[in-house]
Formats: sequence, structure tokens, C-alpha cells
Amino acid sequence: MLQNLLSPEFFNAILRATTPILFAALASSVASKSGITNMALEGIMLFSALFGVIFSAMTGSFPLGLLLTMVAGGVIGLMLAFFVLNLKTDEILAAIAINLMATGGTVLLMLAVSGDRGSSTSISNVSAPKIVIPLIDQIPFLGKILSGQNLMTYLSILAVVVMHLFLYKTPLGLKIRAVGENKNAAESVGISARKIQYIALILSGVLASMGGFFLSGGYMNMFTKDMSAGKGYIALAASAMGGDTPVGGFLVSLLFGAAQALANMMQLTDIPHELIQMVPYLTTLVGLGIYSYMGVRKRQKLAGK
Amino acid sequence: MNSAKRFDMFRMVFSVLIALLISFVIIFFVSDEPVTAIVTLITGPFKSKRSMGNVIESMVPLIFTGTGVCIMFSANQINLATEGGFHLGGLVAAAVALKLGLPAGLSPIVAISLAAVAGAVFCAIPALMKIKTNSPELVSSLMINYISLWLCTFLLMHFLQDPSVGSASYKLPPESELPTLIKGTNIHLGLLIAFVVAVFGYVFLYKTRTGYELRLTGENENFARYSGINIVKVILISQMVGGVIAGIGGSVELLSPIYSRFSWVSLLGYGWDAIIICTLAKKNPLYTPLAALFLAYLRTGASIMARYTDVTLEIVQITQGIIILLVVAEQFLSGMKHRMIAREARASLKDEGVA
Repeated sequence: MLQNLLSPEFFNAILRATTPILFAALASSVASKSGITNMALEGIMLFSALFGVIFSAMTGSFPLGLLLTMVAGGVIGLMLAFFVLNLKTDEILAAIAINLMATGGTVLLMLAVSGDRGSSTSISNVSAPKIVIPLIDQIPFLGKILSGQNLMTYLSILAVVVMHLFLYKTPLGLKIRAVGENKNAAESVGISARKIQYIALILSGVLASMGGFFLSGGYMNMFTKDMSAGKGYIALAASAMGGDTPVGGFLVSLLFGAAQALANMMQLTDIPHELIQMVPYLTTLVGLGIYSYMGVRKRQKLAGK
Repeated sequence: MNSAKRFDMFRMVFSVLIALLISFVIIFFVSDEPVTAIVTLITGPFKSKRSMGNVIESMVPLIFTGTGVCIMFSANQINLATEGGFHLGGLVAAAVALKLGLPAGLSPIVAISLAAVAGAVFCAIPALMKIKTNSPELVSSLMINYISLWLCTFLLMHFLQDPSVGSASYKLPPESELPTLIKGTNIHLGLLIAFVVAVFGYVFLYKTRTGYELRLTGENENFARYSGINIVKVILISQMVGGVIAGIGGSVELLSPIYSRFSWVSLLGYGWDAIIICTLAKKNPLYTPLAALFLAYLRTGASIMARYTDVTLEIVQITQGIIILLVVAEQFLSGMKHRMIAREARASLKDEGVA
């Protein structure tokens, strides 16, 4: 067991399990920074997992399939923004509605496209390729972790850097944070809060859709019913624990990825698998509690109590 | 009824109609026999006594979780643990029925009571985490739902499992079953319990001091705090009462004639359904039976449609999603509402002028 834990394969698995959560956590962070909780991540990921299979099979190409999926994810983000910002729908209820539609809609769509209601095995989709990085793959131990990952995994880490720079080093990023911090103050200096929140939610949809694409075209090579399995919700927790920053979200996503990888590995042991299935959710719950409690203590200390 | 309320009613009916219309359009796209499918969906539940019974039976869990969520959401706590509380309630009831060997009459009472306690404790966890650590109850409740699922599955597979049937418990003894009310259907005593709970929920929320404090906290927490209301107490009570109802709901559903074994190995979704019930009932438990009747009718129609035509049951989730989106969209048809109120105001001014 311990030997397995220290093997490069285990660390490799951590990165793989982190990828979908990380994309969704970034999606959550950009939405939260603009002042909106995007709980529809779960539904967007589920929709995108199916769209990824359909689009990549239709075009016969991975980049085109990914691109179309990202567009679709952006459209769902746009729809959420329209309901929340224009029609003044409660953001949580709107998200619940989208998630419901995703659960039902994906099954309906898959049945219409493939004639199967459990999984999309009859559709030959194109998954994201695995990349072997020359030179790096020669490094002992580290090479096996860092090289040979799925392209989407590298993209997710790249996305952390891009999102960090975007949010903290560009004028638009500053506007997003300003709107999230204080909507009225931002509007008083001429920023259109609605426009900024639209942009943030569309971007959030695009990022979440990349996580969804990886689920069915990388992590697995087909779509199965309800395959997002709460990963969008875990990402919501990851982002909240990471202070809604891309880098913080990345670190917490790694923790949850490790919990997931550990759960996968523990399936080989005698521990009942039902309890193992609980590990990622339990880790999230305990982590969230500890992190939030630390926040409370910090504030109390600052207040001199 | 004032014009604003009347408009709300109209908007709700209109939203439901639009949602149905969109669903019909989808059916036209995916089905080879769309007209048959739609007719089956609408008239199916009336075809036999059995399917009419199905509508009434499936109202029961919806009334329970819907009432629970009405109370929990009225305190402005977006706690979604109803789902897990319901699941846990079912497991506790199955364990009591199988392991304690109590006589008829006593067995369901003990099972339901223990399930109520389990539900209360379970739904209190996100509330306690919110109070003690300031964790968002939305996220923590989503997580504990999965924990509830896997905990219940673990207990089922290791303590209650009947090896001859796989992932289900031993057959529940007849002593634990709730009696049926109408012969030839599965309509059971649980329906009456559900009605009592809905009325209790209404009285609790709208006719008691605690209920008033709870709604006030939900509407404006700061105002409630400055008025001297103990927010912590109110939040905890609201979530525990909701949990009690969810737990009772799960146990009643499992002890009903519909189930002969505990066989829930995935979340059933009644917690999510509860949100649409709560939305349609405008957070008033008294209206939950009506909302539940509508949803149960739609579900039963859809499952009959899925049995006889090529359209799947999942279409209902799309309908539900659209209903939620439109009903809670404050600005939906707001122009019309505005005109209606303005017209009435003008009319009343004119009346005064004549007098």
C-alpha cells in the first residue's frame, strides 16, 4: 500500500483525477469573482461530456470537437447569465434547473443519437491525446508523473496560469473583481456590471465545458449517464476553499484529486468499496469545515478577541 | 386576492404551459410517433384505476420533501440535505423493520420515529457547520448527500443484504408495512401522514411564534437580529424540523406497499423535486399537495408514455427545469404585470372621481 502511494503512477493518477475538478474550480472562481455562484457547473460538465463525444465523432477531430464543446459550454453560461441578470432569477434555482435539464437532456439526447440509454459505446468519439514530453520523460520518477499526461491535463494547468494573469493583470480581470467586490462602486466609475457578469459567466461556462470534455474524452473514452457524479459540486467547494483564486483553487483541487486517486487505488484493498467511494466527498466536507473555521478565527483575531 | 397575487397565479400557470409546450416540441423531434406519445402523456394516468393510484402514491414522498424544503428555505438556508435525509430515513426504517422484530402497529411507529431523529441529525450537520465554521451550507449539504448515499449502501450491503437477490435487503416483514387505504391500488396510510405533515408545516411556519421568527430571519437576517431574535436557534430549528420531515418521508416511502425491500443504491432525487414543489407552492406548505399532484401526474403520464412509446421518462426533467426557470424569473412577463397594475390603479382613481 505504502509502496503504491509513493509510486510515480499514483502521482500521475492524482494529476489525472485533478483535471476535471480543476477546470470546474477555475470556472467557479471566475464566476465567484464577479459576484455570482455558478452551481450550474455540474450540469454544464455533464452536457459537455456528451457534447464532446457527439461533436468529436461528428467532426472526426479532437480540436474541432473540443472547440464546439467549448462554444456549447459558453452558450449554457450565456443562458444562465440571461436568466440571472435579465430575468432576475435566483442564481441557485436557475442552476438547479440547468442541472436537472442536464440529467434528463443528456439521456434523451444520447438515446436519440446512439439508441442507447446507459452509455455512448456505439459512438466512436475522438479523445484528447496523451502527450509525451521529450527530455522531461527521461527524468527518473518525475518524468513518469509530468510526461505522458493527457493534453487536457496540461491545458488545465496552463489555464491556471492564464486565469491568474487574466484576473490579476488585465483591465477586464480588474473589472470582474471590482464588480464582484462591490457592484455599486464599480457602476459608479462607469463599469457596466451586467456586461462584466455576462462575460464572467460565459467564460465560466467555457472552462467548465473543458472539464466536461475531459470526462468523456480523456478520463474515460465514452459518455455514461450521470458521469459528472458531483464533480461540479466538489469544484464549487474547491474554489470556495481556495479563496476563489485560480492558484488557491488549483492547490485544493490537487488535494481532492489525491483523495479521488487514493479512493481508486484503495479499491484493490480489503476496505469495503462503499466506504472508499465516500473518501472524496468526506475530504471535501472536512476540508471545507477546517478552512472556513480558520477564516472565522482569523477574523476574530483581527477584531482583537 | 389582490392583482399582484392574481398575476403571480397567472404567470405560474402560463410558465407551466410554456414548459409543457417546449417539451411537446422536443417530443416531436425525438419521437417517431409524437402524437401518440403526447396523448399518452396527458391522458395515460386516467386509463386505469391502477395508474390513477400511481399518481396518488407518488404524491406522498413529494409532499414530505416539499414541505421540508419549504421550511428550510423559508429561513433563507439553501440546505439541500433533504435528499440525503430522505435516503437515510429509508435505511433506518428498513433496519428497524428487519432487525428489531417488533409487533405490527408498534414496528412502523418506532421505525418512523427513529428515521425522524436520523433525518433531524443529518440535516443539522450543514446548519451546524454554517453556525460554527461559517461554511456555506449549499456546498456542505451537497457533499453530505453523497456521504449519506454511500453510508446507506455500505450498511445495506454489509448488514441487511439478502445474498440471493444482490443489492437489496431481506424482505421486510408484514408487521412493518403501512396499510393500504383503497383496494386495488397501493394508496397507503402515508398519504394521510403526508397531509398531516403539510398542515403541520403551514401551522408551524405561519401560525407560531417560532415560524414567524424563522420567516423574518429568512427575509432579513440583520433586521431579525436587531429585533432580538436568536438567529442561531432559529436556523438550527428550521433545518432540524425540515430534516425530521425528510426522515419521516423516507421511512414512510420505504414502509409503503410500493417497496418490499430496501433497494436504494442511488439517490432518488426527491430532494431536488422538493425544490420545484417549494417553488410552485411559493414556500407555503399548505399548497405542497397541489404542486405534488401536478408533478406526480406528469411523472405517471411520462412513465406510461415511456412504456408504450419511444419517448423516455427523462423528458420530465427538462419540463421541470423549464418550469423552475420561468416561475422564479422575477422579470418574466413583468411588463404585463406593470401594465395590469397601472390599469387597475387608473380604474380605481376613476371610481373615486365619480363618487
